[in-house]
Amino acid sequence: MQKSATFVRKEMLQAQEPPTSERGAIKWVRENLFSSALNSVLTIVGLVAAFLVIKAALPWLLHSVWNANSLGECRDIIAARYGEGATGACWAVVRERWHQYLFGFYPQELFWRPTMAFGLMFVALAPVLYYGNQRVNTIMTGVVSILTILALIGISLAFPQTIGGVEAGALAVLVAALVLGGLTAVAWLAPKRLLYFTLLYPAVGFYLLWGGSIWGPIGTLAGFAVLVVVYNLTKGQLGVVVGTGAGVVAAAIWWLAIQSHVTGALHSVLPLGTAHVDSDEFGGFLLAFVIGVTAIAASLPMGILLALGRRSDMPLIKALSVGFIEFIRGVPLITMLFTASLLLQYFLPPRSNFDLILRVIILVTFFSAAYIAEVIRGGLAALPRGQYEAADALGLDYWQAQRLIVMPQALKISIPGIVSSFIGLFKDTTLVALVGLHDPLQGVTKVVRAAIEWKGIYWEPYIFVGLIFFACCFSMSRYSMYLERKLKRDHR
Amino acid sequence: MSDPHAITREIDRSHMQVSDEVAIQITNMNKWYGQFHVLRDINMTVNRGERIVICGPSGSGKSTLIRCINRLEEHQAGQIVVDGTELTSDLKNIDKVRSEVGMVFQHFNLFPHLTILENCTLAPIWVRKIPRKEAEETAMHYLSKVKIPEQAHKYPGQLSGGQQQRVAIARSLCMRPRIMLFDEPTSALDPEMIKEVLDTMIELAEEGMTMLCVTHEMGFAQAVANRVIFMDQGQVVEQNEPKEFFNNPQSDRTKLFLSQILGH
Repeated sequence: MQKSATFVRKEMLQAQEPPTSERGAIKWVRENLFSSALNSVLTIVGLVAAFLVIKAALPWLLHSVWNANSLGECRDIIAARYGEGATGACWAVVRERWHQYLFGFYPQELFWRPTMAFGLMFVALAPVLYYGNQRVNTIMTGVVSILTILALIGISLAFPQTIGGVEAGALAVLVAALVLGGLTAVAWLAPKRLLYFTLLYPAVGFYLLWGGSIWGPIGTLAGFAVLVVVYNLTKGQLGVVVGTGAGVVAAAIWWLAIQSHVTGALHSVLPLGTAHVDSDEFGGFLLAFVIGVTAIAASLPMGILLALGRRSDMPLIKALSVGFIEFIRGVPLITMLFTASLLLQYFLPPRSNFDLILRVIILVTFFSAAYIAEVIRGGLAALPRGQYEAADALGLDYWQAQRLIVMPQALKISIPGIVSSFIGLFKDTTLVALVGLHDPLQGVTKVVRAAIEWKGIYWEPYIFVGLIFFACCFSMSRYSMYLERKLKRDHR
Repeated sequence: MSDPHAITREIDRSHMQVSDEVAIQITNMNKWYGQFHVLRDINMTVNRGERIVICGPSGSGKSTLIRCINRLEEHQAGQIVVDGTELTSDLKNIDKVRSEVGMVFQHFNLFPHLTILENCTLAPIWVRKIPRKEAEETAMHYLSKVKIPEQAHKYPGQLSGGQQQRVAIARSLCMRPRIMLFDEPTSALDPEMIKEVLDTMIELAEEGMTMLCVTHEMGFAQAVANRVIFMDQGQVVEQNEPKEFFNNPQSDRTKLFLSQILGH
């Protein structure tokens, strides 16, 4: 007869393995794929669908042909290898026409210039993208330099050219090695100095892409010098805001009225320059990057100013910002592109022959800036009022408070939205096909498919272009996640 | 009288001297929020070295009053003169006053994206144009004073509420202000953290700082203040030295208020 419930454990129990239903893969499958009847059905349907897709696409991918001169030849090879009626991908089109997808109708002997510009772009971006992280900065510069030089060697082998008995490609590789080697050395020894190159890059990139007289970009840079000089002369008497305005006006006068005369005169005295490439010859991813990168770089500061303008106490500034944002957001991008190609010409001073790519860049920038402004306004609204009050109470003026307190926090909150806008903008560059520019998706593919050898090819060019776009956009997305992690400050 | 934070320590009054020099002069000041008359005909003179506690029920306008002194709020009628500078819409005057007047907020309002040290050096560097190295030395001095020098390189989110509020006080002091405003500095804190913040404030008072403090800490008022101002419905109802104010309140409104906050 048991009298009491006294219990003393003599031996402690050892930990045991969980039952198989709670372990590893089986647990995962049970929880995620077969947790209920409906889920089981959906899993099976999904598996069947995936199987059907793979069954249709896999032979096509496995039967890929890389070496052929026309679509007909591709089909013959596939029929010979895999029997009559077999399907196969004909990547030979990419192999033969890759340069058109990358550069459009850019002169072949000058392919090294956009390649160089592309490589230098990453060198210029490194100190901005990885600000304060000097090791990554240096590594990125070095890796980009090596890749650029390899690309240049590849291009010079693919399109051998001799100018006056000298191998032009070898010359380009040599020049690139010197320049990139120098920049890598700077990145290694004094990473902060690389920011000067970043500031200079727009002029360098422009000159590499379009070429022509060297005085053009120098004249444009001189406009910024005019701005700074006028600002410094007038800020003492007129204050910072009016001084900035005066500087901008002076620079605009220089760019619009004076620059062309001065650079023309300088060019006639000292005709330095390289072969000029017309905007018509731009195409493919070269075009997408020129429009996309320039518009991204310009629309962020413009979007910040618009967002601040929209929250301004000054009625005029506020009205202008709201008007601009709402108008631009309310009009389809395609309308704006048509405006760029047709209407803008009417509003500009007579005889000013504005480059079509430049016009498109300006309107794409406006379009993107309006969206960015609204994204940033969301970030501004999310900041507690106390932050503004603390900045005010410490005696910071408006611009100091914005720059040091408000923007670092508001932009951080807005990173996902901003990057989404940028990704959208980059993909929207393909819309320029509608105004006759050779974007990679529609413009170049149309040209390729119009060629007699490749008539009837369908999937391969689009898959190729789509993959490159995906790689670019996915990188941007990953970078934004890196940035969010890096700027995370609440360690709780 | 029961007060959970009664000040028991010895207060050193050797530097607590009220001079004849006027620090803040408010005359016939009125303020409206839309139709609502928040501050009604405020007249007040604060001499250098005074330690004033402003109390009153919520919505009585006490926070609004001290926020008018560095123009976080704008007054519509009357005059506010701080350190000889009148507050008008002139931005230069406002910036001048703000750099002389430190403010501590209920919710600390530290800058979460900057380290503690950067929080403290930001304004000296950008407003006072002090070299970074010197500003950092000053900041470390004040951070030691509020007893958290070892946290200098952390971010505000890593600190407790009491520590954050002490950083906020140090941040204000780094500008070497002549007047300090406190807007309910302990109201958002856990009980055990209130004491550390009050101690910091007492030390500040012992050094002779001119202080205006909106608070419900009556222990602090009794120990440190030389004047207590009671506000209700946007006006000053009663002001007196602490002993008289607490032991012998004159108006019925004051008596009711004191019985409610002290008399459990």
